[in-house]
Amino acid sequence: MDEYRGVLVFCEVEENIAPITLELLQVGRKLADDLGVELLTVVLGSDIKRIADELVYFGPDKVYVIDDPLLKSYNGDACTTVLERLCEALNPDIILFGQTSVGRDLAPRLSFRLKTRLTTDCIDLSIDQDTKLLLQTKPVYGGNALAVYVCEVKPQIVTVRSKTMSPIAYDENRKGEVIEFDTEIDELIIRTTVIEKVKEEATGIKLEDADIIVSGGRGIGGPDGFEQIEELSKLLGGAVGASRPPCDLGWAPSTHQVGLTGKIVTPNLYIAVGISGASQHLAGMSESKRIVAINKDSKANIFKVAHYGVVGDYKDILPAFIKKLGELK
Amino acid sequence: MKEGLNIIVCVKQVPDPEGPPSAFEVDSESKKVIPKGIPPVMSPFDENALEAALRIKDEAACKVTVLSMGKRLAKPVLRKSLAVGADELILLEDNSFEGLDPYWTAITLSSAIKRIGTYDLVLTGRQASDWNAAQVGPGISEILKIPSVTLARKVELREDGVIVERVLPNGYEVIKAPIPSLVTVSNELGDLRYAGIKEIKAVQNKPITTLCASDLKVDLSQTDQIKLLKLYPPVWDRKCNFIEGQDAQEIGVALALKLRVDKVV
Ligand SMILES: Cc1cc2nc3c(=O)[nH]c(=O)nc-3n(C[C@H](O)[C@H](O)[C@H](O)COP(=O)(O)OP(=O)(O)OC[C@H]3O[C@@H](n4cnc5c(N)ncnc54)[C@H](O)[C@@H]3O)c2cc1C
Repeated sequence: MDEYRGVLVFCEVEENIAPITLELLQVGRKLADDLGVELLTVVLGSDIKRIADELVYFGPDKVYVIDDPLLKSYNGDACTTVLERLCEALNPDIILFGQTSVGRDLAPRLSFRLKTRLTTDCIDLSIDQDTKLLLQTKPVYGGNALAVYVCEVKPQIVTVRSKTMSPIAYDENRKGEVIEFDTEIDELIIRTTVIEKVKEEATGIKLEDADIIVSGGRGIGGPDGFEQIEELSKLLGGAVGASRPPCDLGWAPSTHQVGLTGKIVTPNLYIAVGISGASQHLAGMSESKRIVAINKDSKANIFKVAHYGVVGDYKDILPAFIKKLGELK
Repeated sequence: MKEGLNIIVCVKQVPDPEGPPSAFEVDSESKKVIPKGIPPVMSPFDENALEAALRIKDEAACKVTVLSMGKRLAKPVLRKSLAVGADELILLEDNSFEGLDPYWTAITLSSAIKRIGTYDLVLTGRQASDWNAAQVGPGISEILKIPSVTLARKVELREDGVIVERVLPNGYEVIKAPIPSLVTVSNELGDLRYAGIKEIKAVQNKPITTLCASDLKVDLSQTDQIKLLKLYPPVWDRKCNFIEGQDAQEIGVALALKLRVDKVV
């Protein structure tokens, strides 16, 4: 049997190296050092020499580049096949993906191709000192429980929840090798085609990048109430978020959803208004630096993660809060 | 839309995920989550997948088959799929189906799909609400060697293929896939339609097919390649500082001042 060696990070590109990739390289570096092996990364795309060269400064020992016009935008069929070939050539011990739109699509398919197992949405990774296997911690039951898995087939593949690892810093002194991985892509393996992409994101600060987020839940009661949420977030220079019900009910766009199946956010300040704090919502915001909860039910679960709590009707609280904030500015 | 097509929807039975956190007792000893006072339901994203199938059926006659796997399944929960308009319900029941990981689940479901034989579209939810693995759909597509599209918010079946709107973080993309394909469905597609008392009564005695591991010719004797080492409840070591005051006015002001003192605003 071939020996499995090295930690491989799948690099995502959105114009530049995606933030999740820097988080993966940080945890990947630690795992590689613990095992005494190399940290590898792979980047797929078209005309990506610039990205590949830049990746070196974020810590990998080797950067594998697969540059092909057919990889210009994400396609599951092409990406699964080229990664399968790369894995057969490198035999990595561990592969890290982000729990992103691409990672969610690609990692399961690759793991089935390689006949191994996958743990999705990990929030903690470490090496078991005795077995040298990867300990994979993942929330289950929507966050009501945490599970630790270990996988005895190789490669061990995981996807990692965004913002659960700190990003690795840029260091111009780092040295690494950029290697072109030559592989022919037969156009016929590509069975699905993207006809168009439609942007729906609201203008203003992106939810994932915002320092301050004001989120409304079902307790807001309707689209009118969301205008107050909007007003507060504008005043604070922040972004508007929501729990799932307002998105399902059309009070807020679905791109505003925070949580397990929405966006993962860790702003300096997260204000949750009329949100009960279901575990699936906490999954997306519980790591925010400061959490304020406004809820009329003193027993609401959201208060378990909140630093500041206000028990009351938001319709009574917000006007005074907004007015005072305005004066303090 | 094309007539006479076959759609298979894979549905998992789970404890109601909308139950309060206290309803999910974590038994670290047996490494199981024990539902307390919450009923079994169809996993919500699987309900969305079933709704996607029914919307296709609304437009053009086709056959919708629902497939569910487990150790012991609650028939009334899954019978709901017939009440809302599915044509056939196949249950895969066997002691060896308990606690299968996503890899073996996909293998078992795929052999049932192969046994059914003809299919133009296979639908699953984007992930199940209990173990949140989100792998079984893409896994089935790899095993059956058919294309897959994940995270659908709309699915249309045409003469020459499937048109899927796939959810992206900042909008969506429209993807065309051939027939047959597998699509995983997200909640943006919309809720499953209601079944009235009349519809529920009408399907009460409708026959259900049940298959076991030997019917499917799957060997599940060695399925522990991935091991659950530990299961524990999350702990929050935070202490919430409740803002007090005479009235809402005072509390609102006090909150603003606190945040100012902390320099977060
Ligand atoms: C698999 C799965 C994935 C999910 N993913 C997500 C996800 O990503 N994000 C997400 O958010 N949810 C998700 N959910 C849904 C989740 O389980 C909850 O249903 C949802 O988060 C509840 O939203 P809420 O708190 O706004 O509504 P509710 O739970 O209905 O809470 C409303 C709250 O508002 C309070 N309230 C009412 N009126 C007022 C008032 N006037 N003033 C102050 N407070 C008031 C109430 O006391 C209550 O606490 C998911 C569910 C499943 C099953």
